[in-house]
Amino acid sequence: MSAGIQALGGLKVVEFGSYAAGPHVGKMLANFGATVVHVESLSRPDGFRMQYPPYKDGKPGVNAGGCFTYFNDSKYDVTIDLKNAEGIRLAKQLADWSDIVIENMRPGVIDRLGLGYEALRASNPGVIMLSTCNMGQTGPRADTPGFGSQLSALAGMCGLTGTKDGPPMLLYGPYIDFIASTLGAAAVLAALERRRRSGKGAYLDVSQYECGLLFLAGPLLEYHTAGKIAERAENDDSGAAPHGAYTCKGDGWIALSCWSDGEFIRLCDAIGRPELAQDPRLATLAARKSCCSLVHEAVSGWARPREAQAAAQLLQSAGVHAHAVSTVAELFTDSQLVSRRLWRRRRHPVIGDQAYCFPAFDLSETPGDITASGPVLGADNERVYKDFLGLTDEQFDALRAAGAMD
Amino acid sequence: MEPLLQGCAVLDCTGRLGWLAGRLLADLGADVTKLEAPDADTLSSDWRALNVNKRLVHADLYAPAGRGLLHDFAASTDILIATPQPGTLEAGLFDYTRLAAINPRLIEVAITPFGLAGPKAAWLASDLEIMAAGGAMSLAGEPGGVPLRVSAPQSYAWAGSQAAVGALTALAARWTTGRGQLVDVSAQAAVIIALAHAPTFVDMLGVIPTRAGAFMTGRSVAGAKYRVFWPCRDGFINFILYGGAAGRRTNEQLVAWMREAGIELGPLGGIDWARFDPTRASQAEVDAMEIPIGRFLGSLTKRQFLEGAHRREMLGYPVSNTADIATDPQLESRGFWQDLPAPGGSSERHCGAFVMVDGVRPPLKSAPGDALQERNP
Repeated sequence: MSAGIQALGGLKVVEFGSYAAGPHVGKMLANFGATVVHVESLSRPDGFRMQYPPYKDGKPGVNAGGCFTYFNDSKYDVTIDLKNAEGIRLAKQLADWSDIVIENMRPGVIDRLGLGYEALRASNPGVIMLSTCNMGQTGPRADTPGFGSQLSALAGMCGLTGTKDGPPMLLYGPYIDFIASTLGAAAVLAALERRRRSGKGAYLDVSQYECGLLFLAGPLLEYHTAGKIAERAENDDSGAAPHGAYTCKGDGWIALSCWSDGEFIRLCDAIGRPELAQDPRLATLAARKSCCSLVHEAVSGWARPREAQAAAQLLQSAGVHAHAVSTVAELFTDSQLVSRRLWRRRRHPVIGDQAYCFPAFDLSETPGDITASGPVLGADNERVYKDFLGLTDEQFDALRAAGAMD
Repeated sequence: MEPLLQGCAVLDCTGRLGWLAGRLLADLGADVTKLEAPDADTLSSDWRALNVNKRLVHADLYAPAGRGLLHDFAASTDILIATPQPGTLEAGLFDYTRLAAINPRLIEVAITPFGLAGPKAAWLASDLEIMAAGGAMSLAGEPGGVPLRVSAPQSYAWAGSQAAVGALTALAARWTTGRGQLVDVSAQAAVIIALAHAPTFVDMLGVIPTRAGAFMTGRSVAGAKYRVFWPCRDGFINFILYGGAAGRRTNEQLVAWMREAGIELGPLGGIDWARFDPTRASQAEVDAMEIPIGRFLGSLTKRQFLEGAHRREMLGYPVSNTADIATDPQLESRGFWQDLPAPGGSSERHCGAFVMVDGVRPPLKSAPGDALQERNP
């Protein structure tokens, strides 16, 4: 029926973006068929190319960085010098060709380059532009520079990780950037829907901070309505007991939880301690919370000599919530993720085979794919400028000679 | 202004795992109907915060009348979102083949812990187990200590936001194919997005990233660890001694700020920040630098640091709690919060729509629990 049709086939996207928050939006769209052009410059390549390991064989190089390629698979890559007047004209031409422009510069910078929304819509009235930055385009701190790893602290996530009496904990990498990129992709696709209905373009102002707060909407409402400040609580949850992580054999850990009296009885049977299910001190959730050390000791003693994955399998068979605490390495061998084909290896000219991460959803009729490895810097200048924009060989050579592609 | 998803009808039949998906579509302008069991708790903060901007209908889907209602809705809905755990009765209710026979243009988004197929498809998992299965817990907590989740569920939100993107990707495809389809969302896979590029270290170098606690490690060839979270007068501040151009500006401004405050600089006074390279410092040098920094940051409140760091264009943020966020002038200025009627005649303050469209934040159209008044079939 729709075999071979890509969900976003024909959609043209240009990214004046770097690091995570902009490019991850384009990656998701590219995985479902959009033609995505990532714009960099020879003098200022994407910061993820050279500032963040890992590199092929541990040696930094502009085309050796796995962090960059990981977020830019399935895209075309061009170079433009945005400090060069010819370069700006070329960038404008690219924006005129596109349906969607994504940028994550500091607020005001894209306008000063002459590539802001008002400038672009003058010649491409249906263009959809997504601007994403730390604080959003307006407000007293709009111009704040910042990294997502620190913004996750301002947005409350770090403060909610750890023990009640200990310090806050880091979340790995620029956690909040990926919230904003995912929500940004949703906004872009919604704007595309309006454009298809009415022909209208859109300007989308995404604050990474605000997007992150949607992930804590409940605790924020709790504060607004009841004045209650959410606190970090190690692994506790008010609705379950036990609810935590337990040491297993070697370096392994298992996470498990019981959400009903029946589930607690099943846990007790599974761990060979049926008498605990009869203990009146543990008969209800509230009781198990107040006697948590009794439960903790029983579960810990059972888990410690066991291999985490086998222990989780056993508890699942008994109808108990459980999973091994997977290391990042174990994500590559997890039977479920293998079955979903989450990791797809593609060959990069410098890095060689690399595993790319497919989005967390797939479509039954128009499935997505990782269509190519992350691109080499400027790999697609000829293809994009000649085939997509229609430049002649002479025009292309003249622009290159003028430094527009530096 | 015409809402982005004007006229898009969404039926949200999700449990906790999927609430955010419908909320995001509602914020983008879709007409979202939330279907709940007659005895559902609609008073919790999580329910209200994530089901605002939807219209509520109570129905028992396991009774004939409820089943009929579901089929009526399916006939006139663009996007149906559900959390049909494989192997349960709920999975049968939301069988896509049957619903698509009623309405071939229907898009069904199925959000489950592990996806609809595969060896763990029927496994039970709450936020804790999903964060464990997605690798996030292995990266949070003290080195060697208990792996941690964030104390407010995050995996549900990761799954819900990927589901929103999946729903709208299928909606875009429908313009070409004329048909709906099934969108299969795995919460476990959604959590992996939160790990940034951690998997590339395993893939390319065979190095397994682990939890870093409250310190930054792995930046110094001398093995030094750098403090990230600093106690201050009313909590903690996230501040890191970075190198490079951004670090130089931040470090210079910090020292200038300390000097103005009359703080003894110790070894900081003699450092040329243009040449400072955090990868070369020994632990003893880092410790010596951190003593005066700790003294200074310890004298500030979170808000003083936020405002001062912004004025000086420094990197770093306070570790906010929900009270700090609720009173942040930046959010107030952008009209992020929206007050809506609450039970008992009071009002309650919600996070507004996550995106500003053409300079305007789309308003939330209905309070949580507002009943669906009428439907045009």
